[in-house]
Amino acid sequence: MSKIKVDCCGETCPIPLIKTRKAIREASPGDIIEVRGTHQASKKEIPMAVKALGLKLIDVKEEGGEWTIIIQR
Amino acid sequence: MSEKLTIVVHSGDMDKIYSTLIIANGALSMGMEASLYFTFWGLQRLQKGGLEKGSLSKMHMLGIGKSMMKQRMNKANVASLERLMKDFKELGGKIIACEMTMEIMGIKKEDLREDLITEYGAVGTYIQEARESTINLFI
Repeated sequence: MSKIKVDCCGETCPIPLIKTRKAIREASPGDIIEVRGTHQASKKEIPMAVKALGLKLIDVKEEGGEWTIIIQR
Repeated sequence: MSEKLTIVVHSGDMDKIYSTLIIANGALSMGMEASLYFTFWGLQRLQKGGLEKGSLSKMHMLGIGKSMMKQRMNKANVASLERLMKDFKELGGKIIACEMTMEIMGIKKEDLREDLITEYGAVGTYIQEARESTINLFI
């Protein structure tokens, strides 16, 4: 089980979603994907995608305008 | 079978190609399949070197409006159409080129970005895609 980090800071719609999707595709079942970004809508929408893909949302947190979303494939 | 998005890409305007590719990439990212049917002015954007060539659908002003829009998009760090197209293909998106448009406009296969096109077809191909889609748009 490995951890994949995805940096979307400064990126806007739809890049954070795309980068997250690509990371999920590359991950193996059980892998942890950590996505960081600053685009506010994506903070809401990446969890929606996680749900639609039937994956596990571990955590969503934000500090100083930068959010981190943790997903388990 | 997963859900699917189909878009008829009729317009070749830059802003509408943006809408198309953003929606299509969004669908793929959220676990749907996506098929884009390029026809009429939309098909011109699949000509070699044509993807970024569309004008702005409003306030194009002989290109002044478009370059202003481009500047603002760069400032907001919006991805290029080329990048969005690359992502779309990488995530498994499908592109269908309208054969009738090719005939009317005298466009040959070798004039088109064959690397991007999944198949060539007519209305029947589009209907087969659309009938099994949960989202179907005309842009």
